[in-house]
Amino acid sequence: MDAFDALMQGFATALQPSVLIYGFLGCLVGTMVGVLPGIGPALTIALLLPLTFKAPAVGMFVLFAGIYYGAMYGGSTTSILLNTPGESATVMTAVEGNQMARRGRGGAALATAAIGSFIAGTIGTVALTFFSPWVVEAALKFGPAEYFSLMVLALVAVTAVLGSSVLRGLISLCAGLLFGLAGIDLQTGQPRFTFGQAEMLDGIEMTIAVVGLFAVGEAMFLAWQGRETRRHELHRLSGKVSLTKDDWKRSWKPWLRGAFIGFPIGSMPAGGAELPTLLSYYTEKRLSKHKEEFGKGAIEGVAGPEAANNAAAAGVLMPLLTLGIPTSATAAVILTAFESYGLRPGPTLFTEQGGLVWTLIASLYIGNVILLILNLPLVGLWVRLLRIPAPWLYAGIIVISAAGVYGASKSAFDLLLLFGFGLLGFAFRRFDFPVAPLIIGLILGPMAEQSLRQALTISMGNYSTFVTRPLSAAILCIAVALLVLPALLRWRDRRRRLIK
Amino acid sequence: MQKHRRSFVKAAAASGLLAGLSPRAFAQGAPMFDTINMFVPAAAGGGWDGTARAIEAAAKGAGLVGTFQFENVGGAGGMVGLPRFVNQRKGQGNALMVGGSVMVGAAITNKSPVTMRDVTPIARLTEEAGVIVVPTSGKVQSWQDLAAAIKSNPKAVSVAGGSAGGTDHQLLGLIIKALGGNPKDAAYVAFAGGGPANAAIIGGQVVAGISGYSEFQEQITAGRMKALAVSGTKRIPGVNVPTLLELGVNVTAANWRGVFAAPGVNADQRAKLEALVTRMHASAGWKDALQKRKWTDVFLAGEGFAKEIAKSIAETEAVLKDLGLA
Repeated sequence: MDAFDALMQGFATALQPSVLIYGFLGCLVGTMVGVLPGIGPALTIALLLPLTFKAPAVGMFVLFAGIYYGAMYGGSTTSILLNTPGESATVMTAVEGNQMARRGRGGAALATAAIGSFIAGTIGTVALTFFSPWVVEAALKFGPAEYFSLMVLALVAVTAVLGSSVLRGLISLCAGLLFGLAGIDLQTGQPRFTFGQAEMLDGIEMTIAVVGLFAVGEAMFLAWQGRETRRHELHRLSGKVSLTKDDWKRSWKPWLRGAFIGFPIGSMPAGGAELPTLLSYYTEKRLSKHKEEFGKGAIEGVAGPEAANNAAAAGVLMPLLTLGIPTSATAAVILTAFESYGLRPGPTLFTEQGGLVWTLIASLYIGNVILLILNLPLVGLWVRLLRIPAPWLYAGIIVISAAGVYGASKSAFDLLLLFGFGLLGFAFRRFDFPVAPLIIGLILGPMAEQSLRQALTISMGNYSTFVTRPLSAAILCIAVALLVLPALLRWRDRRRRLIK
Repeated sequence: MQKHRRSFVKAAAASGLLAGLSPRAFAQGAPMFDTINMFVPAAAGGGWDGTARAIEAAAKGAGLVGTFQFENVGGAGGMVGLPRFVNQRKGQGNALMVGGSVMVGAAITNKSPVTMRDVTPIARLTEEAGVIVVPTSGKVQSWQDLAAAIKSNPKAVSVAGGSAGGTDHQLLGLIIKALGGNPKDAAYVAFAGGGPANAAIIGGQVVAGISGYSEFQEQITAGRMKALAVSGTKRIPGVNVPTLLELGVNVTAANWRGVFAAPGVNADQRAKLEALVTRMHASAGWKDALQKRKWTDVFLAGEGFAKEIAKSIAETEAVLKDLGLA
């Protein structure tokens, strides 16, 4: 019960008006940052780092925590309403959420996203408070071999987003895998597919690909379609923003499942927030009683992934606070903030700076509540965004996307890349290729390749390492079962029918 | 009004320059530079960025510079940013770039057309020795065991560290060579960033790990990693870990960081920037930063620094050739 007492102490500090205001400010800025495509929490916190030379540590970390959680909330808004996710963790939300919005259910999608984020964020934070050491210990059992097996499992889950044409889906996935190869190879230091461009050395920036393919591609596609077709399609939005009884019934299980997929993977050193959203989406599609609605706006497909990415965000803080290991760009920037106060996160942080850490954790709970209060009423306002004539709205999106990408790198090449991906996104929409598999390929490809090669270096080139390590073997078994079992069951049913 | 004051400050600074750069020529209120354009070839939040921000705090605190304009262009060990700095700041006497030994290796492995030879060295500031660690949960727990294992078969001794060809990888290559093996046989497992490498080591996924001491410090203090040797010429103050030299392995290596001016600056501009960095180095703010961040002070300005860079490039090229990466 030590943790509980310390947490209460933390609440006492975090609820002081002078600290609370930082939390509120952080939530507000974070939500804005999440809504704007191309600007993420890592960049925002990095821009605010110089403040650490002046402001008190407690206020600063509460502010950063607010931004971090807020961005996760805000990210869903544009994904759902405009099909323009600003970062990779909300791509799955766009897949199903935007379909809901097109059917006049944008309000419900936003509400399930906000409430799911709140519930999963709180579950994740509770896990962070009380179970961090154990979760992190388990996550450390994951070595390169296990990560590779996890990627294989994720590739099975990709089947859920391939769309109606498997061939088109696979082409999109392979394009993503190919783009993922560009840049310096981590294991040899040699550049690949960089075409002599210095900007390509670090590979294709995920944000540029996501914003280009979705936001810019969507805008180009709408412009090409012309105004007439659009008016019929998007403006059938009803003003209803609350969840119906049926929505609640269909959402609560995905919220919980999303949370329990999200925080363990988020806490893994190479887990990230994208993988859980994909796995959650796949799970919901598999378990849903309304399979036929998937791809056409199933609420489970929004509730699950949105819960998963928020729980993953809490998970990322576990290795950071308990071990001092940053596992995402945002965590790395927060680590720097700790360092500029002369603090080192890690096992000693809880004993040496207990007050600060528990205030930070308490502010995560408070931030979640602030965000829910902030976001639910905003849902109605956001939906109204769609009343803005599409040409203005999408012109604005292009401007903001371009400014965000250029602002982050000040590179004209990155702008070209953005519009190149925009054209590709347009072509994909025009010829009916799904975009999500490309993004997933771009995320999974490099992770799968690097962990395969790391595992093989460790095992001295022995491929059996993937089946002799128990954890890795177990994950591979699940992957094979998921791939083979449905086909097997179908085959058995058919045979039975034939025999009868 | 504002403009007038600026030009006055400029005039004051210029007259200071004419007065032979005597520190006393600058009155307390008048900074040496109105603005310094600080270029960081790494994302905000990394080691180079931290160095640059500490320079900013120290220089502003000592009243040497009015404002700092930051530009961060991260990626590929500085190789994305370096060409940008060279192109955009040519001949500008108020631009500084932070960089270090990581850049030397990165330029070689990437076969970059722009290298550290294209910028003007101002001063080396800090350095950090490497450390070889093993997970406390692992089988190998002493330097003797590790050295014996590497001698018998380097391919069986997986070592985690930062990106391939970087300073961690180079140190492993030097050690294997010193132990009589072929560096090409190194079972080096490159991880993107310190976080994943740390996790792989304390999770016992690899036999050993190599990185800068600060990267592993927390895990060593917590008893999850055991430090077997450090790569500096001397022990790290307050850290009871022998150097490789003490262990009879003739290898020293350190990761240094310094500041550079743009190419094509004239002798006066260069001298003024050197004076700025020298005075910044002497300030209380910088001493405080060194202490807080546990950076080793290896200040070296001017020609001495330029010679050290040339040496560093030659040595790095040799190691990378041994590793089969150059």
